[in-house]
Amino acid sequence: MKKNGMPSRLFLLLCLLFLYAPILVLMAFSFNGSVSKAVWAGFSLKWYLQLFQNDMILDALWVTLAVSALAAVISTLLGTAAAIGFRNMRRRSRTVCLTINNIPLTNADIITGVSMMLLFMLALSGLNGLFGLKWKMGFVTLLIAHITFDVPNVILSVMPKLRQLDPNIYEAAQDLGDHGLHAFYKVILPEIMPGVINGLIIAFTLSIDDFVISYFTAGSGTQTLSMVIYSMAKKRVSPEINALSTLMFLAVVALMVLVNLRQTRQEKRAKRQQENLSAQ
Amino acid sequence: MKSKAIAYPYVGWMALFVVAPILIITLYAFTSGDREFTLSNFQDMSQYASAFGRSFLLAAVATLICVLIGYPMAYFLARETGWIHRMATMLIMLPMWMNFLLRTYSWKFLLERNGLINSFFGLFGLGPFQMIDTHGAIVLGMVYNFLPYMVLPIFSVITKIDHKVIEAAQDLGANNLTVFRRVIFPLSLPGVLSGITMVFIPSVSTFAISRLLGGSKTLLLGNLIDMQIIGTAYNPHLGSAISLVMMVIVIICMAVMNHFGDGEQGVSL
Repeated sequence: MKKNGMPSRLFLLLCLLFLYAPILVLMAFSFNGSVSKAVWAGFSLKWYLQLFQNDMILDALWVTLAVSALAAVISTLLGTAAAIGFRNMRRRSRTVCLTINNIPLTNADIITGVSMMLLFMLALSGLNGLFGLKWKMGFVTLLIAHITFDVPNVILSVMPKLRQLDPNIYEAAQDLGDHGLHAFYKVILPEIMPGVINGLIIAFTLSIDDFVISYFTAGSGTQTLSMVIYSMAKKRVSPEINALSTLMFLAVVALMVLVNLRQTRQEKRAKRQQENLSAQ
Repeated sequence: MKSKAIAYPYVGWMALFVVAPILIITLYAFTSGDREFTLSNFQDMSQYASAFGRSFLLAAVATLICVLIGYPMAYFLARETGWIHRMATMLIMLPMWMNFLLRTYSWKFLLERNGLINSFFGLFGLGPFQMIDTHGAIVLGMVYNFLPYMVLPIFSVITKIDHKVIEAAQDLGANNLTVFRRVIFPLSLPGVLSGITMVFIPSVSTFAISRLLGGSKTLLLGNLIDMQIIGTAYNPHLGSAISLVMMVIVIICMAVMNHFGDGEQGVSL
């Protein structure tokens, strides 16, 4: 393939501008002194200060982080175990399992959300009637919904690593007298670890960003950040939300840069070691 | 590990939280409020035929635009060398780290009657144009939000194309256009197909984008379902019927497309 000329570079630049323009606008206006989005009233940090006194936003942030972290960890455990188990199933049951596992991935979010909400309503009214309880939809149903759409993504990320796994390694460990769980920890887990970590990150990201499924399954008392933003966005989003989003965005950028730097350093070190080896 | 038993917890989870909800939504669609079997929910849907048409049309337009912008974008990014190529995936994914509702809201502010874009046109004595609360604004919101889902799969497929194949085509006398038309494009089709699926499904079922950018009067399927399930027109049976029909139409669309795509690939390779 030949290299890009000026026109294609320009096209790329315009596309990236299209993707980033709304974000830049948001960030700029988180520093605006006035509430109005149309008027620039000088640089100010007041929305950042007010953010930490806004209990509704902070509560929603806490719910979002808690449900995302819990859902990511639980679905990583559940999904990694399932991916390993699926491989040991007979072909037919494995196909059935993988097809069902694909449903939350291919279905529209709104259908996943609505169908789970109907299930929760039925189950809760049944349980409440039977045991005289007063359970409502809330954090627990939200968490269940998040785990349900996170696990298929974890499985998708672990499966390829399992496929690359040399089946002889595990048998070799067993031949050398290592059995069961210990062999799993020492031999299989390190091999599939990149896939597992990747799955954990994907699950966390999806959970933080989710709106539609949370909207239908969180009930009326629990709110995630996305839900707060949605209810505000119908009228006017308070600038504190811009401030919070700018902080979260910058945190992610910083994290990405750190990970990238570490990777390049490791690659350089590996390269140097190789050069040293070949020099000897 | 030779045990399949460790998959059982998740198999149980799927039965409870993936299969059961689908069965319940089907049950709701075929029953009335007093738990009797009925087809009236599907008959009632005929009054919303225009919403069905509008949703599928707008989603199709948005998907087409995503292909037209996303394909060259992925192709040019794949041709870059050095840091742009290395950072490409990150550059495209990074915007998704800002809440999508907030990014959509930001467009509302750009498109408003006295928003930034109209002020810009105003400098040249043009406008103001009515941009917010139109179908165009909804399509823009869809393209903006889901473009990365088109670019990423195409980018990863093009990057994986073996350079020897391209060199072989060039050695056999193909010019750049022929190489693209006969080698690169056919090999990248799987990426395009998965991109289309990933853009079309969220577009056809969205309710937040149409609510924020399309004003309160434009109804898409997602808004209808939202109204029936949570909102003002509370009728979960009708909402379930709409969801079910939407799901079936989407599955048929995707099956037809994948079939067509496979056939296409078989012919051109």
